[in-house]
Parts: sequence; C-alpha cells; structure tokens
Amino acid sequence: MEAINSIPLNYYIILSTALFCIGALGVMMRRNAIIMFMCIELMLNAVNLLMVAFSRYLGDSNGQVFVFFIMAVAAAEVAVGLAILIMIYRNANTSDTEVLNELKW
Amino acid sequence: MSITLIIFWFLSFLALLSAAIVVFAKNPVYSVLFLIVTFFAIAGHYLLLSAQFLAAVHIIVYAGAIMVLFLYVIMMLNLNKETEPHKKPLIKFIAVIAAGLLMLTLVAAFKGTEITVVTAADPSIGSVETLGKVLFKEFLLPFEVSSILFLAAMVGAVYLSKKDLN
Repeated sequence: MEAINSIPLNYYIILSTALFCIGALGVMMRRNAIIMFMCIELMLNAVNLLMVAFSRYLGDSNGQVFVFFIMAVAAAEVAVGLAILIMIYRNANTSDTEVLNELKW
Repeated sequence: MSITLIIFWFLSFLALLSAAIVVFAKNPVYSVLFLIVTFFAIAGHYLLLSAQFLAAVHIIVYAGAIMVLFLYVIMMLNLNKETEPHKKPLIKFIAVIAAGLLMLTLVAAFKGTEITVVTAADPSIGSVETLGKVLFKEFLLPFEVSSILFLAAMVGAVYLSKKDLN
C-alpha cells in the first residue's frame, strides 16, 4: 500500500495540474461568488496534494508542515471571505459578480 | 496492475469527476456536496502517500469546518437553481479554452523538468510523531504566528457580519 513504489511522481503532477485547471475554469466560468470561492478551495487543494506528493517522494517532512499551514490560512480565508459575502448580499441583495461592478474598469 | 495503482486511478477519477461537477452543476448545493466528495478523494490520496496526519486534518478542517460554513451560507442566502446567474455561452466557451491552454502550458512545463525521487525515503515522515517534532521545533514561530492570524480572522469575521457597521 505504498504509493512511492508503484506510482510515478508524474501521475501526481498531472492529477494536480488537472484539478488546478478545473478550479481555474470554475473561477472564470461561474458568476456566483460562492461557487468561485469553492473553486479557489479546489485550486488550493490541488497545490496541497502536489506538495504532499513532493514531500513524500523527496523524503522531506517540511513539505507536509507547509501543507498544514496552507490549510490553516485557507480556513481563516474562508471565514473572512464568507463574512464579506454575507455583507455584500445584505447590501446588494445578490451574490452575482457581474452586478458587483463598482470597482470594474 | 497492483492494488495501489487501482486505488490511485479510482481516487483520481473520483476527484476529477466530482471537481468537474462542482464547476458545472446548476444548483449551488450540489456543488458543495460534490466538493466534499472531492475532498474525501484527496484525503484518500494523502493516505496513499502515507501522510496520515494530513489526511485526518484535511477531513476535519475541510469536510468538517469549511464545508459546513459553505453549506450554511448557501442555505442562509437561499441560493438555488432558479436564482443562479449564468454567463453567456461565448464567455463560457472562452473560459474552457483558456483553462485548457493553462493545462497545456503547465503540463508542457512539467514535461521538461528533471525529478529526483528518493525511493528509500523513510515512510514515517507523514506520521503524527515526526510532523509534531518538526512543527514544534523548526516551525514553532510560524505556528504561533498562525494563531494570531486566526484571532485576526475571527475578529474580522465577527465585525464584518455585524448588522449595523456604525
């Protein structure tokens, strides 16, 4: 049950890249701010997965500690981001990013 | 084909499929539910990479805390299929092309890199014991600083969601 013996590192690189691109696609494609938020989480997770794979294949535990910190920052980011979203919804009565174009060039 | 490889393919397929459903689902609640499936698949990958501690933390933090927060906000804002805004088909098409090009560029960039793999790496680097030692010796200061970050995030979230900001 050891991935390092039977799975090449390239597989994990491709998998993480694909997950990251799906997340990026979601951010570009959707208008709902909450879905965009979820896609950002998806991108963060793709990077985490790649970092854990690198850490395992290089035999260095520092990478996993970094992933731990990324998770901590992601949790804080979601808490503040959702609070901002709720405030926007209260003021503009929508979570549609094309209505919120005050700062748009 | 070994059992590890089969598990790897299954988890990868599950993660990619549910990630795609997150992006393409019309109903935001389905997006959240399939995001949870994606997170469990990624936790399975962590177990496969013998990072047990991170797998546990990942499930607790993402499936336990963050997803509940998302679901709660979606229920509170009463978002559903009818209120869901959609971009024009042309914009969607351009987004798909752009994401495909990003994927192509990244894969092409990774193709040329040389990767060193330590096959005799110690399998216990993902255990709670090793990670705890690293975390509380080399990364003690960042660990404490992250608690200040949490405090700031907590204060910010409470302040932002107050009814009357004046």
